[in-house]
Amino acid sequence: MANKVLVVLEQRDGQLKKVSFEAAKAGSDLAGKLGCQVEGVIVGSEIADINKIGNFGVSNVTHLNNAEFSNYSASGYSQTVSDYAKEINADVLVIGNTSMGKDIAPRVTAKLDAGIVMDITALEVIDNEIVATRPIYAGKALIDVKVNSDIKVFTVRPNVFNPGEPSDKLAEVITKDIDSTQFTDKVVETKQAGGKLDVSEASIIVSGGRGIKDAESFKLVEDLADVLGAAVGASRAVVDAGWREHGEQVGQTGKTVSPNLYVALGISGAIQHLAGMRSSKYIVAVNKDADAPIFQIADYGITGDVFEVVPALIEELKK
Amino acid sequence: MKIAVCVSHVPDTATKVKIADDGKTINPDGVTYIVNPYDEIAIEEALKTKEKVGGEVVVISLGTDANKETIKKALAMGVDSGILLKDSGFRDSISLAKTLAEEIKVQEAELVFFGRQAVDYDNSITGQLTAEYLGYNCVSVVTDFNLEDSKITAEREIEGGKEVVETILPAVITAQKGLNEPRYASLKGIMVAKRKTIEEKEAASFDNKIEVLQMKKPEGKQPGKIIGSDASAVSELVRLLKEEAKVI
Repeated sequence: MANKVLVVLEQRDGQLKKVSFEAAKAGSDLAGKLGCQVEGVIVGSEIADINKIGNFGVSNVTHLNNAEFSNYSASGYSQTVSDYAKEINADVLVIGNTSMGKDIAPRVTAKLDAGIVMDITALEVIDNEIVATRPIYAGKALIDVKVNSDIKVFTVRPNVFNPGEPSDKLAEVITKDIDSTQFTDKVVETKQAGGKLDVSEASIIVSGGRGIKDAESFKLVEDLADVLGAAVGASRAVVDAGWREHGEQVGQTGKTVSPNLYVALGISGAIQHLAGMRSSKYIVAVNKDADAPIFQIADYGITGDVFEVVPALIEELKK
Repeated sequence: MKIAVCVSHVPDTATKVKIADDGKTINPDGVTYIVNPYDEIAIEEALKTKEKVGGEVVVISLGTDANKETIKKALAMGVDSGILLKDSGFRDSISLAKTLAEEIKVQEAELVFFGRQAVDYDNSITGQLTAEYLGYNCVSVVTDFNLEDSKITAEREIEGGKEVVETILPAVITAQKGLNEPRYASLKGIMVAKRKTIEEKEAASFDNKIEVLQMKKPEGKQPGKIIGSDASAVSELVRLLKEEAKVI
């Protein structure tokens, strides 16, 4: 049985990421089922409101601090996390499956000689063993896996583990200064694409496909996304045509997403695209072609012209 | 400089996944296999780097004889030599990465390219793990790569933006779409590739740390309601999203 669950929290620019709350909930629920302790760890320099993680079941957090940590370093962060996991004898690590989490989790795994399961969507304890479920083939199938090593690392898919309503409990935060700064790689600059919300983290996504006709008309997709506070997504056809950046691509060679609401505009629904978004909680499709495969998985469909329906939808939402 | 590129042989992304009788793997009947799309980008970057700094490129793939198709494609694109590490059966990312690391040591490759993930198991960790087992630096999900002497400046994709990373050789780079446009194999390339030999070796064996208990299909989603066929349907749609789905 497990000794201690360590939730590795994530910050960017000194702010806790939403996935940290989800990882905290997943980790504390797991510790409850295993009957073991849980604590959190975060690497960074100045970080705001770490104690809020207490709202989601993790009541002790250690902040591993160094001025150099204000910029991400894969080698620096993963060495610091694995040293700490060893120090407290953690044998289960829970990390968000984000670009940072995906980067450090395998390195920490190698340093701890652990086993790893990435991008999990469920975590259960069956007959005293942890069973993790994860999508493969971009969601066309799922596998249940168990880890046979003493130390186990799990990364949790964003937007899947519902952190629930926050309690008013605050975590006790201990700050520990880390003096070693033997980083062999370092982020020297961060370029934000206009502070845009990313499809992998958004709770609402508005995506456009070939039915949007051209790059300029994508403004319609952006306008609806603005009204809904949503991220903009795109189909592979649209990215391959150069209308949109690859970072927005949803599907098997793009991002696999699970938002609360996915609005597909002018997307017919190729199998690669459906695989990447079918686990969305609600799907809305607008497409002229009533036979488009997207309607097979849409909760609500409008079989009309996006250029007529979407402006009317924007007006209705603004009411 | 010796450059290695590690490639996977995976089902085409248009594949409809059927589960095999063992309940743990996919049924390969009727499945077309392709070079993992991100690995083509890795091959291209390895070739571009060789064109800039000189040296040679070796492609490494672990799997069965079927993987030779993927190796041949890399050779036809211009890779100098190919190695097949022969193995059948399930390997987790850790076992795979340890095996690749052993071969990269044998090859004395200082720079190694991977695709950022294989589109079958979608783990996105083999490159980073291999770097750890080699003691190499690693930049993952790279969309821009520059090498000056032994100094690397690479851009990696993050949520809603990019970050620029500096590191040094030896290193592992995992390639993301946007890094380059993979070249097509020329007719001459295909002819030359036929004369290149693929070295076959038994893959070193390492224990798997994970065990697949079962593979299953996701819960089927039932088609929902068609609300209408023109703009007059939007008020009903907004009502449903607010009152029934409660998502806005």
